[in-house]
Amino acid sequence: MFSNSSNFVQGVDLSFAVILGISVIFLVGVTFVMIWFVIKYSRKRNPKASQIEGNNKLEIIWTVIPTILVLIMFYYGWMGYKPMREIPENGLKIKTYAQMWSWSFEYPNGKVSDTLVVPVDEPVILDLNSRDVIHSLYIPAFRIKEDVVPGKNNKMWFIGQETGNYNILCAEYCGDRHSYMLSKVVVVPEAEYTKWYNDTVSSDPPGLAVMKKNACLSCHSLDGSRIVGPSFAGLWNKEETILSAGKERKIIVDDEYIKKSLYNPGDDVVKGYPQGVMISYKNNITDKEITMIIEYLKTLKH
Amino acid sequence: MSNENNNTISFYETGKGIFSWIFTLDHKRIALLYLYSVATFFLVGATLGILMRLELLSPGSDLMHAKTYNQIFTLHGVIMIFLFIIPSIPAVFGNFFLPIMIGTDDVAFPKLNLLSWWLYIIGAMFALSTLLFGDGPADTGWTFYAPYSVKTGTNVSMAVLAAFILGFSSILTGLNFIVTIHRLRLPGMGWFQMPLFPWALYATSWIQVLATPIIGITLLMIIAERVIGIGLFDPALGGDPILYQHLFWIYSHPAVYIMALPAMGIVSELIPTFSHRTIFGYKAIAYSSMAIAFIGYFVWGHHMFTSGMSGDARVIFSVLTFLVAVPSAIKVFNWVATLYKGSIELKTPMLYALAFIFQFLIGGLTGLVNGALATDIHLHDTYFVVGHFHYVMFGGTGFAFIGALHYWFPKIYGKMYNEKIAKTGFTFLFTGFNILYFTMLILGIKGMPRRYYDYLPEFQPLHVIATVGSWILFTGLIIIIVNLIRSKRKGPAAPRNPWGGVTLEWQVPSPPPLQNFDKKPILSKKGPYDFK
Repeated sequence: MFSNSSNFVQGVDLSFAVILGISVIFLVGVTFVMIWFVIKYSRKRNPKASQIEGNNKLEIIWTVIPTILVLIMFYYGWMGYKPMREIPENGLKIKTYAQMWSWSFEYPNGKVSDTLVVPVDEPVILDLNSRDVIHSLYIPAFRIKEDVVPGKNNKMWFIGQETGNYNILCAEYCGDRHSYMLSKVVVVPEAEYTKWYNDTVSSDPPGLAVMKKNACLSCHSLDGSRIVGPSFAGLWNKEETILSAGKERKIIVDDEYIKKSLYNPGDDVVKGYPQGVMISYKNNITDKEITMIIEYLKTLKH
Repeated sequence: MSNENNNTISFYETGKGIFSWIFTLDHKRIALLYLYSVATFFLVGATLGILMRLELLSPGSDLMHAKTYNQIFTLHGVIMIFLFIIPSIPAVFGNFFLPIMIGTDDVAFPKLNLLSWWLYIIGAMFALSTLLFGDGPADTGWTFYAPYSVKTGTNVSMAVLAAFILGFSSILTGLNFIVTIHRLRLPGMGWFQMPLFPWALYATSWIQVLATPIIGITLLMIIAERVIGIGLFDPALGGDPILYQHLFWIYSHPAVYIMALPAMGIVSELIPTFSHRTIFGYKAIAYSSMAIAFIGYFVWGHHMFTSGMSGDARVIFSVLTFLVAVPSAIKVFNWVATLYKGSIELKTPMLYALAFIFQFLIGGLTGLVNGALATDIHLHDTYFVVGHFHYVMFGGTGFAFIGALHYWFPKIYGKMYNEKIAKTGFTFLFTGFNILYFTMLILGIKGMPRRYYDYLPEFQPLHVIATVGSWILFTGLIIIIVNLIRSKRKGPAAPRNPWGGVTLEWQVPSPPPLQNFDKKPILSKKGPYDFK
């Protein structure tokens, strides 16, 4: 606590200090009085109890004082939160896509990255989109979190004030690999950011680049290990048993099967793998990109 | 039940055999049916909790796959919420003691009472059946958030159908208590001569009757969406996932008061009895129960501060959340004031009452941290929320339940429990509980999200501490249970009034006869807590 890594940290940590401070005083006070009474008025020390039925003055005091205290806490909570919703007009606007189980960030020039690289001291506005279920983008070091809800266009913003790497975590439960839906915010000096931003040439083979952009690799490995779906290693031309409308059938993984799996992923699922997890890429991956993916798959041997 | 006009033998001796129990109309036998059912499910839920803590002992995959872990935390939540906490105090101690405490021989509708237990059992069977077919138990978390709950292949429909049936069980208990309290009080017992446990049950019952139907219809909507594809919550079908969250929390927030209010009623009984003095601020405590039940309806949005709900709505829900804390604080002050100039005996039930106050305070105060906007944005969906919830539900309601079990054990079974072993069990439970859940509060502040099968290495030390706490806690539970079972068999006979209590249940034999009162109950003119 009490760092200054984003423009919200001080406001949030101040409300933490106020609320936790009042709470601790309250907890210690009540517990102390309770223990003190238990000792002082134990059966041994005080064999005859006094029958006191109540005291209206006290009731009023301990209604009014807590009411004032909680309203103070509310006020600090509100003030620490208010700037989070005052999203500036100008800033670096980044389209953020969440899907099971990865994050991707699309920059104004079309560059897509799985880490969120941002320049220091500049407002960053994230435009949150989900491709399947609800996720939640959480940057603990910046004290911010906002749900990424399919069909809703939530927004969040921040200013990274100290260079460095910070965790991005998914905070809304989203299935098997929820706890692996992690990324990083990398806050860098302006010059370094510009260099990174303008470097749009990927060193990856084109097919691999398409896969990375569409989060294929968060479920399908390249090395033969099982994550959620079948591994891509040695997949090309392999014979697989699939479940098609409840019936088992043997197929060879070819152009047609790859395309079908991308556009109608629920139809022919390889036996032993979960149904209904994968979304359709009909609107995200073009025919040309499918060709690139296939060319790349051919190079992956088992 | 035949009325043989023989009201001296205990209710255990009025009928023999399994059918005299599972088709009984006696509120005391129904209470015991509930006791054994909820206790069984509590142990199942606790075992699932221990398994989760074991998996989290070190990062990476240890005992189980991610999917199994997700199913276990869902089942843990469903069992603990719907099969343990919601029925626990009302259905067990409410059923047993409400009629006796207000001086009558049964609840208003004994047959509905039996039906409510059967619905509970049917609902429980439905919930457990998810283990046996298809893709296994739901993996959505007990909140069943859409659209994940619409898309997942696990047995969500069956799980929500179970919760739907259990809802009816809860409604019937609430309805029964409302009518019982209105119509069957002993002549001469006005509203303000009623003890505070019946008051708490009264407030709770209204929430059960008014809020539960909303979750019922919401769960049916999930089934409609899953089975026939009606687009209510999944945006892919034209639905709205935020609508689901509103509907879910409109019930589920008031529901936490269904879980907490009866526990507060228990504490309001324990403290005067073991302080041997009248309760401080009787009316303040009674009214604050009603205030909590009422304001509790309007705070559900505080579960959704990060959902994208409008900024103004977030502010209004936050301020209302802070206001609902005030009547709870009033109760705490009155309990502590009841200790003042009392003559305090630290028997086991009193230890549970004091632990309740301490832990409920932590639960309540951490609730304020969650109710404030700035801090909740950071803490929402982290371990802080899990810690907070367990402080209220386990540290509060769970401790009150075990305290009540010790307090009324002599009345229910006619035997005394072993005080020394009971205190040892309490010490383990209290120590383990606080190690386990206080650590979760710290984990949450450090940014550890909840429902994580795996975690970043920096969180490991705290996870280890929490898991060790879970072992100490479980040891305590075992000591407590073994002690109570042994005491039931071999404990010394209990007198009518072992603690010097003044509410009406201490005027009847231990255990009570079928018609409860063997002689006309004597009602003090000076209210329910007249210790003079």
